[in-house]
Amino acid sequence: MSDHDHDHHDHHHHHDHDHSELSETELRVRALESILTEKGYVDPASLDLLIDLYEKKIGPRNGVRVVAKAWSDPAYRERLMKDATAAIAELDYSGRQGEHMVVVENTPEQHNMVVCTLCSCYPHPVLGLPPVWYKSAPYRSRAVSDPRGVLKDFGVTLSDTTKIRVWDSTAEIRYLVLPMRPEGTEGWSAEQLAELVTRDSMIGTGLPKQPGETA
Amino acid sequence: MDGAHDMGGAKGFGPVVPEPNEPVFHGDWERRAFALTVAMARPGGWNIDMSRFARENRPPEDYLSKSYFQIWLAGLETLMIERGLVTREEIEAGKVLSPPKPGVTPIAPTEVTPAIRRGGPTEREAKRPAMFAVGETVRMKDIHPVTHTRLPQYVRGHLGTIELNHGCHVFPDTNSLGKGEDPQWLYTVRFDGPELWGKDADPTLSVSVDAWESYLERV
Repeated sequence: MSDHDHDHHDHHHHHDHDHSELSETELRVRALESILTEKGYVDPASLDLLIDLYEKKIGPRNGVRVVAKAWSDPAYRERLMKDATAAIAELDYSGRQGEHMVVVENTPEQHNMVVCTLCSCYPHPVLGLPPVWYKSAPYRSRAVSDPRGVLKDFGVTLSDTTKIRVWDSTAEIRYLVLPMRPEGTEGWSAEQLAELVTRDSMIGTGLPKQPGETA
Repeated sequence: MDGAHDMGGAKGFGPVVPEPNEPVFHGDWERRAFALTVAMARPGGWNIDMSRFARENRPPEDYLSKSYFQIWLAGLETLMIERGLVTREEIEAGKVLSPPKPGVTPIAPTEVTPAIRRGGPTEREAKRPAMFAVGETVRMKDIHPVTHTRLPQYVRGHLGTIELNHGCHVFPDTNSLGKGEDPQWLYTVRFDGPELWGKDADPTLSVSVDAWESYLERV
């Protein structure tokens, strides 16, 4: 990437420069929206609703519920591993960019990580829109060739003998990682367990919190 | 196409930089650019594979210097100009200069939630039996289409094992060109790290891609 127009989220020291860059884009988007509205192609109220959906309803808290239920309900976990799309729909999550779900389970022997090297494919109904790093060149280039190095960027170190399995979502199958339930949580309710599930643990770039780590 | 978007295994991009407490959108223009892109697909008459191609089909320096939603915006502009919905002059002038294309109906607010919850399933009825079985070794074809494909460069020519069969799915290579869905069997194909990255690769690594049947050949 050229330094000139670098993604502003990665490079906070370029703030002043990026500010003018953003304003230009902002004006372009505003003008485009008014053109499309005036031509009768879009209804701004529909745009507001779409934004509201992705900011308030569709996000990683949905995936957290799925994982916590799988950890606390063995029958649900079995359904989830067998037909993830249907099991996730039981919790009322479905649709765009999650039409065909597969859940991959972490074990003491194998750690799973999900990437889309070609664009930004991500399971929206359970995780929302992807974070900037997930869509960035560093992650997309290295997740498949150097996943341990990527994990280090996230402060995660796995045992040298743990197998690492990377899922490059090149089609319309969307993957959700089922992390390992932390030890010391015997008898916890799904609500308590949910506190331990992080977004990154469901992508495979993080691990769940341990009991006592929650605020 | 072998473009800048096909990043698997590329070097020199530096570390991954996570952003603590990252918002869903960074600034209002990202909200609007995202929503416009999603809301224009049906009225505009393009499919997801056409959208992806419109984003990736640009000079590498352009792809790599734009932020994610700037690429979305550029892709949206391309798709609309191609179909005569707006002109390049209108986008540059920032105002309407020509009458709307007739028969284009916007998505109504009442349609938004149902459309998102329905999504766009890509699985289709199988018209022929699957050529490959789970557990079988296959070779990824070494092909270099100049149009849209979902076969990443880093697996081409390499040997993998069929791990999952996902049924028949819409084929992006034809769907992106408006040449039909041509549903094909879709498989998860797994590769050992050293098969992709050489003998010094992490021996604990395996990587999979999801690949349509016509990306594969028998060994």
